[in-house]
Amino acid sequence: MRNKLIYFIFLTIAFTSMIQSCQNETSINFKRYYVNGKGLYEKNCQNCHGSDGKGLGTLYPPLTDSSYLNLKRNKLACIIRNGQTGTVRVNNIAYDGIMPGNQTLADIDIAQVIVYITNSFGNKQDFYDSEFAKNDLVKCK
Amino acid sequence: MKKVVLVAIASLIFQSCVNTSERKLPILGEREPVEKTVDGKLLIDTIYQTVPAFSYFNQDSIPVTNKDFDNKIYVTDFFFTSCNTICPIMHRNMLNVYTKFKGNPKVKFLSHTIDIKYDLPSKLKSYVSKLGIEGNQWEFVHGSRDSIFGIAAKSYLVSAFEDSADPQGLVHQGWFILVDTKKQLRGAYDGTKEDQVNQLMKDMELLLKEEFDNEE
Repeated sequence: MRNKLIYFIFLTIAFTSMIQSCQNETSINFKRYYVNGKGLYEKNCQNCHGSDGKGLGTLYPPLTDSSYLNLKRNKLACIIRNGQTGTVRVNNIAYDGIMPGNQTLADIDIAQVIVYITNSFGNKQDFYDSEFAKNDLVKCK
Repeated sequence: MKKVVLVAIASLIFQSCVNTSERKLPILGEREPVEKTVDGKLLIDTIYQTVPAFSYFNQDSIPVTNKDFDNKIYVTDFFFTSCNTICPIMHRNMLNVYTKFKGNPKVKFLSHTIDIKYDLPSKLKSYVSKLGIEGNQWEFVHGSRDSIFGIAAKSYLVSAFEDSADPQGLVHQGWFILVDTKKQLRGAYDGTKEDQVNQLMKDMELLLKEEFDNEE
């Protein structure tokens, strides 16, 4: 009986720690992406979009429109890499400037920037790893 | 003993007060001493560098000259509308300064484009309205290549030039230059740094006091 109890406790501990380590790996990955994404954002995006993601007047659109980001989730990677022209509506305001592309950013860099943007400035969206970015980037027009 | 300490503290406070109210902005740039004779006595006066006459077209295609800045203090910088490096940061900061002094008839702003080919007044107008600026307290001006690059280097001491090695072909510094009513340079602030822009706002208050307080 006593042996059984010890065995049971051991098993429970082993099992929960296994689950927890799995969870931790995702959250560690998320944090890694987020932190790296912040650095990349500061270098490549912040000049125009601002440290608070609010953009500038109607020259540069804000990144605070969660529904826009959600709607364009699978297009964000292409927009970051190739830039964008034409009119976009963000928070129901029209912006018609030219966004330059970032050809030097690798797939994983772009994924990290996306994780940072979609989880800052009041946004809260799911994890987006480099595999997602790779798949989305193949479909760029 | 107590009294001595008290007096010491009081005088310290007094002195610190005197110092702040007497703080005056320096005059920047070249200077040369000139000798002149007044009432038979030889006096030495200093002549400071001033901004010469200029004439440009603003965002409304209206000529803007140095006369529009007479009896005013102004802040000036160099930028171009398609610049995506330091210009957005500069004008995000300048917008804060503008908002603070908006409607003050003694204060003006002057932004020169260095993209002579592309930033024609119509282009500037669209930039200005997107920035949310109305009226002419903040002038965005277009001029000839020589006049803009010349006045940048010689008069405002800001480096700006065309460079084919740069991805955008244009290189310039992000200084905000503060000019007084005598067209003398009174301060230079890095327009990309928030703390320096805050200092600019403080110094503008100081300069306004120096220039206009005796008037009334």
